[in-house]
Amino acid sequence: MSWQGKVLRVNLTDGTSVAEPLNMDWANDYLGERGLASKYLMEMMDPKADAMSPENVLIFATGPLTGTMASTSGRYAVVTKGPLTHAIACSNSGGKFGAELKFAGYDLLILEGKSPQPVYLHIVDDSVEILPADEIWGTTVWNSEAWIKAKHQNPLLKVASIGEAGEKGVRYACVVNDLHRAAGRSGVGAVMGSKNLKAVAVHGTVGVKVKDHKAFMEAVKKTKKLLEESDGRKELTELGTNAMIDAMQEFGGLPTRNFQEVQFEGTDKINPAAMAKVHADGHKNLLTNKACFGCTIACGRIAHIDKNHFTIVNRPQYRHASGGLEYETAYAFGPVVGVDDIDALTFAGYLMNEHGMDPISFGATLSAAMELFELGVITEEDTDGIPLNFGSAEALTVMAEKTGKYEGFGQILGLGSKLMCEKYGRPELSMTVKGQEFAGYDSRALQGMGLGYATSNRGACHLKHDVFAEDMEDQSGQGKAKPCKESQDKVAAVDSSGLCLFTTAAWGLPEFAAQLDAACEGEWTEARLKEIGERVWNLERQFNLAAGLTAADDTLPPRMLEVPAPSGTAKGKVNELSVMLPEYYKLRGWTEAGVPTKETLQRLGLS
Amino acid sequence: MLKSLVIDPEKCTSCLQCEMACSFEHEGVFNPAKSRIKVFEFEHGARAIPYTCTQCAEAWCMHACPVEAITKNAATGAMEVNEAVCVGCKVCTIACPFGTINYNHDTGKVVKCDLCGGDPQCAEACPTGAIVYSDADWTGYRKMEESAVAAHGAAPTA
Repeated sequence: MSWQGKVLRVNLTDGTSVAEPLNMDWANDYLGERGLASKYLMEMMDPKADAMSPENVLIFATGPLTGTMASTSGRYAVVTKGPLTHAIACSNSGGKFGAELKFAGYDLLILEGKSPQPVYLHIVDDSVEILPADEIWGTTVWNSEAWIKAKHQNPLLKVASIGEAGEKGVRYACVVNDLHRAAGRSGVGAVMGSKNLKAVAVHGTVGVKVKDHKAFMEAVKKTKKLLEESDGRKELTELGTNAMIDAMQEFGGLPTRNFQEVQFEGTDKINPAAMAKVHADGHKNLLTNKACFGCTIACGRIAHIDKNHFTIVNRPQYRHASGGLEYETAYAFGPVVGVDDIDALTFAGYLMNEHGMDPISFGATLSAAMELFELGVITEEDTDGIPLNFGSAEALTVMAEKTGKYEGFGQILGLGSKLMCEKYGRPELSMTVKGQEFAGYDSRALQGMGLGYATSNRGACHLKHDVFAEDMEDQSGQGKAKPCKESQDKVAAVDSSGLCLFTTAAWGLPEFAAQLDAACEGEWTEARLKEIGERVWNLERQFNLAAGLTAADDTLPPRMLEVPAPSGTAKGKVNELSVMLPEYYKLRGWTEAGVPTKETLQRLGLS
Repeated sequence: MLKSLVIDPEKCTSCLQCEMACSFEHEGVFNPAKSRIKVFEFEHGARAIPYTCTQCAEAWCMHACPVEAITKNAATGAMEVNEAVCVGCKVCTIACPFGTINYNHDTGKVVKCDLCGGDPQCAEACPTGAIVYSDADWTGYRKMEESAVAAHGAAPTA
């Protein structure tokens, strides 16, 4: 109950598919979504295999609460080995696709091998077809989704697909579902492209049942009310995640011009107030907010671009609404590249969704290229004649499109910041951990965030821990290891449930436990969820160690460790990773070399 | 007092809580494919419109039914399908100008909104007030008030 008890395995090499029973022992130990898919991945592939080879396994995973009336029940994760980090990649998305996969009767969709030709999957309940994708290969996410729905004359299909970026191996290509929701990080779309898989289209009519309907609806009613009344939820609904840009600007944690600065003079032009501003001609960037499946928060933004703006004035095909700025897109197309033109930022966001790329990695890679350009390491000869100066809206939008189409200098940007900076002999300019670019928080101002970046199993990421309150309170590394470790475990459990991390604005693990306990077989308690979270974290760590990563990869770039923050509340500070990391390893029950001890593995049932 | 579902698309975020609530009430399963209310999205989600049966007084479906399986519930005003009588001929689905009565191949009967016997679960589940269940004779009240405000510049009531 609540799990469908069924896994769909597709072998793309042979063109075969088979539905198998879900391994319930694993479901009991790893819950679902992120955790359960990580377990399957670990069991099914050699972690040393090349991420872009047929030996890699690509898993679309729902959680036990996906597709139920629990708020934010639209989540699914794409789990695989990532080409950006050569580590385990786990990318989470909302929209409607994940719930639809569950409604078709599957907890997990596992893709193995590599198709000899471009194909897409067409799934309607038990019917699974692997069909030729020649007519949409080389086209965008938006075109592919429309084409598939028209081809099958079924507007109820939900589609997850890749754009040209994923086909051509841009290392931070993502999987986009429902036009503008994405399993965004770590290059999971490039893995899909390497398998010659263009899209997964699914319609489900089976639905989802829970163990105890009455208890479940009571738990859902209670938790929804908590969410409704929470201030954090209200801010997300009214302002979206971009409310953070004003907070980070004031605090001095807003990465600006490739992290050379921590405050951006153009913040007022791209913040929620700017999005809501009505211009003289009546134009307003923000049109409305929008929810993912089952979500009673609705933090998503729908925006449109001024029809006279240089980006679309001669391109009427973009005169429609689509996904608008969220905090991470605002950071990645704004301060970190020095651009304050809200329409250019919005257009760059369209291009990311249309071509299937992670905005964070693209923006941070472009910002490193801009620093290389301003230092004279690269010139207009390298950049197709486009001056890559900080602050150039033209550079932002032209390079976003070139990267999306894998043209010219876009092919270099498509390497990601680490390989690009190494190529030009300046690896220290890459603001990455394990090859993945930083999110929009400077780790000199937010110390615990730095520890989270350094230890995240998928490379630099702001969504695998939550030390935000502690970070805002004091700016030393003291006492950050414990909340970092504990929140990493908590987030791993939340991710594995099939619900959205943003519900933690109002809910703790007891609220998740109450809903899971009513929905799933067995007894679900806060303690059990904590243990599952810790188990998932250590399993991911085991995958990475087996893949060849070491403690040396748990670090930050020299700019964070040696160059003091130039302004803001953390002025003069560097990240104190050397204080936090040994304490963190100890709390985790790992050796000084960052390896889980035998006792730790035994305690978690991982030996 | 008879009540009606009153839908305000401006408030809809397309979360589909209504579709889940509907399928759960009628089928005991969370399953939008079996929902009698549907939310339609336009222009990448810039607009979302929930849509279901308006319970016509002289219902086309009721008049078209050859076996009189569709009758009016006097207490709620809902046109209800009597499953024991319905023969699954689908003539009502052709007669309905709005498409809000549909065939369910699992049961071999047609299904439509029945206002959940007077406690519509879609309205109960809607987190934004896009679907409310209110006085059937005053479905235009809110719009009327908005028009009055527009005409005279008064501040609207809460």
